[in-house]
Amino acid sequence: MKATVLIRPKGGILDPQGEAVGHSLKKLGFDVRGARVGRVVDLELETDDVEVARAEIHKMCEDLLANPLIESFEIQVDGS
Amino acid sequence: MTGRPLVAVVVFPGSNDDRDAAWALGSVGAEPTFVWHEELSLPERAGAVVLPGGFSYGDYLRTGAIASTAPVMAAVREFAARGGPVLGICNGFQVLCEARLLPGVLRPNRQLEFVCRDATVRVESTDNPFLHRCRVGQELVIPVKHGEGAWYADEGTFMQLAARGQIVLRYAEDVNGSLGNVAGVVNETGNVMGLMPHPEHAVDPLLGSADGALLLAALVDAAVAQRVAVPV
Repeated sequence: MKATVLIRPKGGILDPQGEAVGHSLKKLGFDVRGARVGRVVDLELETDDVEVARAEIHKMCEDLLANPLIESFEIQVDGS
Repeated sequence: MTGRPLVAVVVFPGSNDDRDAAWALGSVGAEPTFVWHEELSLPERAGAVVLPGGFSYGDYLRTGAIASTAPVMAAVREFAARGGPVLGICNGFQVLCEARLLPGVLRPNRQLEFVCRDATVRVESTDNPFLHRCRVGQELVIPVKHGEGAWYADEGTFMQLAARGQIVLRYAEDVNGSLGNVAGVVNETGNVMGLMPHPEHAVDPLLGSADGALLLAALVDAAVAQRVAVPV
């Protein structure tokens, strides 16, 4: 089964990359109030069980994919 | 057994200051030895461990994140738990934070630019094996070269670390947006330290500064003490 993890800088955490992106968008004339830049991880898992997948991905995020000090994560499992 | 204490320098794919670290350690009295990241153990005689600078695993995901899961890190963790001195320099500092052997995390520089120059750092605490050859308030000139050196922790953690003397080095000026200008921290027991500046590049006055030798020589002292404390 396929799943996607969205990793974002936590609210309140300074995101210089997002600031630079927002600044560039403004320079291009877009009416942007702010931008935050995170990361997307697309996964292909062996299991077809949504709950098993969620639990496993949660552990992946805690162990490696995200740093809880500065990042939050959101898990999207296909078909859920 | 030689008179020189053995100091293990861990080599990850992408480490690039491993040889400089080994040379510098040799210049202050250590017998350096390289340990590949896939090793499951450290040499029995090792009295200290250095995680060198570089770009382990291409800095993929987050700097130091992948290296923190390398097989050798279990041995480093165990060595640290026994009180063994562990020093992480630059990428090594990032690895130790990602491994949660040190508090906080290193984030991209505030200015989003790689910074490469001599930095002046102030010694904040000498109550640890790494800075006992320095005095509080002493300023050291040690080069920095990093793109992800902005140390961060939440405010509560930061205050607690400062109160406990775990913030051991601060930049004399804002170098990278690091919280509180933090350049180096130690763990709660004081035997694990990470810093962004490169002491191994500052061991000879001909290259601008020998201040880094104070730190590395102290690590060698600690390696000797460790070997006496934990006979093998």
